[in-house]
Amino acid sequence: MTARPTPRPAGGRIMGDPGPTGRFGSFGGRFVPESLVPACLELEAAFRSAWADPAFRAELAAILHHYGGRPTPVTECARLSAELGVRVLLKREDLAHTGSHKLNNVVGQGLLARRMGKHRLIAETGAGQHGVATATAAALLGMECVVYMGEVDTRRQELNVFRMELLGAEVRAVTSGSRTLKDAVNEALRAWVADVADTHYCLGSVMGPHPYPWMVREFQRVIGEEARGQCRELLGGSDPDVVVACAGGGSNAAGIFAGFADDSDAGLVAVEAAGGAALTAGIPGVLHGMRSALLQDEAGQILEAESISAGLDYPGIGPEHAHLAELGRARYVAAGDGAVLDAFQLLARTEGILPALESAHAVAWVVAAAASGELAPGTTVLINLSGRGDKDVAQVRDLLRGRR
Amino acid sequence: MTGARAPGTLEAALRARRDAGHKLLVPYLTGGMDDGWLLALEALAGAGADAIEVGIPFSDPMIDGPTVQEASLRALGRGTTPDGVLADLSRVDVGVPLVVMTYYNVVYRAGHERLAGLLHASGVTGAIIPDLPLEETGPWAAAADPADVATVLLVAPSTPEDRIGAVCARSRGFVYAVGRMGVTGEQTELAASAREVAARVRAATDLPVCVGIGVSTPEQAATVCQVADGVVVGSALVRRLLEGAGPEGAAEFVGSLRRALDAG
Repeated sequence: MTARPTPRPAGGRIMGDPGPTGRFGSFGGRFVPESLVPACLELEAAFRSAWADPAFRAELAAILHHYGGRPTPVTECARLSAELGVRVLLKREDLAHTGSHKLNNVVGQGLLARRMGKHRLIAETGAGQHGVATATAAALLGMECVVYMGEVDTRRQELNVFRMELLGAEVRAVTSGSRTLKDAVNEALRAWVADVADTHYCLGSVMGPHPYPWMVREFQRVIGEEARGQCRELLGGSDPDVVVACAGGGSNAAGIFAGFADDSDAGLVAVEAAGGAALTAGIPGVLHGMRSALLQDEAGQILEAESISAGLDYPGIGPEHAHLAELGRARYVAAGDGAVLDAFQLLARTEGILPALESAHAVAWVVAAAASGELAPGTTVLINLSGRGDKDVAQVRDLLRGRR
Repeated sequence: MTGARAPGTLEAALRARRDAGHKLLVPYLTGGMDDGWLLALEALAGAGADAIEVGIPFSDPMIDGPTVQEASLRALGRGTTPDGVLADLSRVDVGVPLVVMTYYNVVYRAGHERLAGLLHASGVTGAIIPDLPLEETGPWAAAADPADVATVLLVAPSTPEDRIGAVCARSRGFVYAVGRMGVTGEQTELAASAREVAARVRAATDLPVCVGIGVSTPEQAATVCQVADGVVVGSALVRRLLEGAGPEGAAEFVGSLRRALDAG
């Protein structure tokens, strides 16, 4: 990877405040029906006020520490590094409570909802990680919770449905459209229109109408800020050469990038699923309240994403990622299902860590880039290990049996 | 208000009907939902529609309930495209203004100027794009205004007073007052919010005010028109078409709405 100078927006940070129109360059915005505009404006005002309030931040930090297990460690991977010839560090979001980075966002939004006087959370989920996290936050804060999940996904992730129900949430199977994540978002938005007075829509990624892409990135920024300091300790005051994260909607990538985008020379790489690569294969469009890169046909009909990991099966990506790609500050690449399965097993075998299939996309790209020489020998690579793979073990077993 | 602005074709037509003492009846159907949709369109005009709203189907219709979702899916399953719907519309002259309803990605993908030109050439005089709120309207309106395609904006029960004036000032053709907080779909009872929102919009503008979303029966239409200038009726009609009512059934239902409005 060669460092190259990055154009910086005039007078602002690269990953800064997108302002009242919610724009990241030409991406973002607030493309929602009028019924939801007042709720989005109210949410933006509430978030601005809360985020400027040290008491709010202290409460969030305390919960993420005492309840969520933050800070999560950075782990040096001696055996994997030896095998790949590059120095690999992992930011261990898999060790956060509920098994992924999703908790950072849902605790933030749950506290914000409470501050706004709303007692009910609704959420969409694909694989179930964000649904489980939202159900967890609702249980912790004593709120009602309804999770919308595509009917196809409720069958693929039956255990996560039960897990959400154990946590006191109601899971509603979505039977419209392709019955997967994008339809769950549609259904959650429809439900929000009907119950907007007492309900907060706890969106799970850096997507949707303003202020969600910005707010969720700010709630996930803790990953990047922790990692920056931890890397400096490990690397004698230096930053890693490259920071790599998987991206579906792109919240874990946005969170770790936020620690490095503005004032470090670290290269940033986001790895999409080959079957859902909005920035690699998509074109600009508007869906779910945002202008971003989307998989769509000639007439603007949205196409379905498909990959090994339900969490990356989304035909779009957060608008700030489209902006970072346009600026050239981050690179967007794709990993295919086969390489991901290999990476899953490699990390298990060399480091004793089962990554989520989503996170295994980031590992897969590092493996390939080390082999091709794109990552020069000795390069230091920080991978955001956004979640743990326990949820995927049965699926991986079936896939590996199918391979033989 | 833009006092110097000359009313476009849609606004002029609706104003003329209103000023002649009529309540405005605007039925909705999804373009391309079946083989006979153009016949249904003509039947609606013959049964007393003052304008007709034609949906250009989108894969992810987030403000639509199950009935219009189903019609959209059927249309897309038949290979319906925006250009195809407009080509069909350009072949008919139903004698009342046509307004398309679609989602912004369809507009964005087609290109603002290209689509505005196509709409005009197809005889369409208005466009309702529900996921394009006031703040995001600019680039589309810059193409639509000169093409005499009225950009109809929505006011919702949740819209605060200070915002209603701004939305009405930018709306063209008429103002679409959203009758209830929710998605499109039939309701057994008219929500109290339908009359309330109509009254609030009525107080803010001289443009025609039509209430849609949650207006399903002749009785509900007549009730809401005690306050509003007209109604948009979608799901109740689309359900009948999905059930196979055909042009005759569509005309019969729209005729019953017409009689209820005229009996006032």
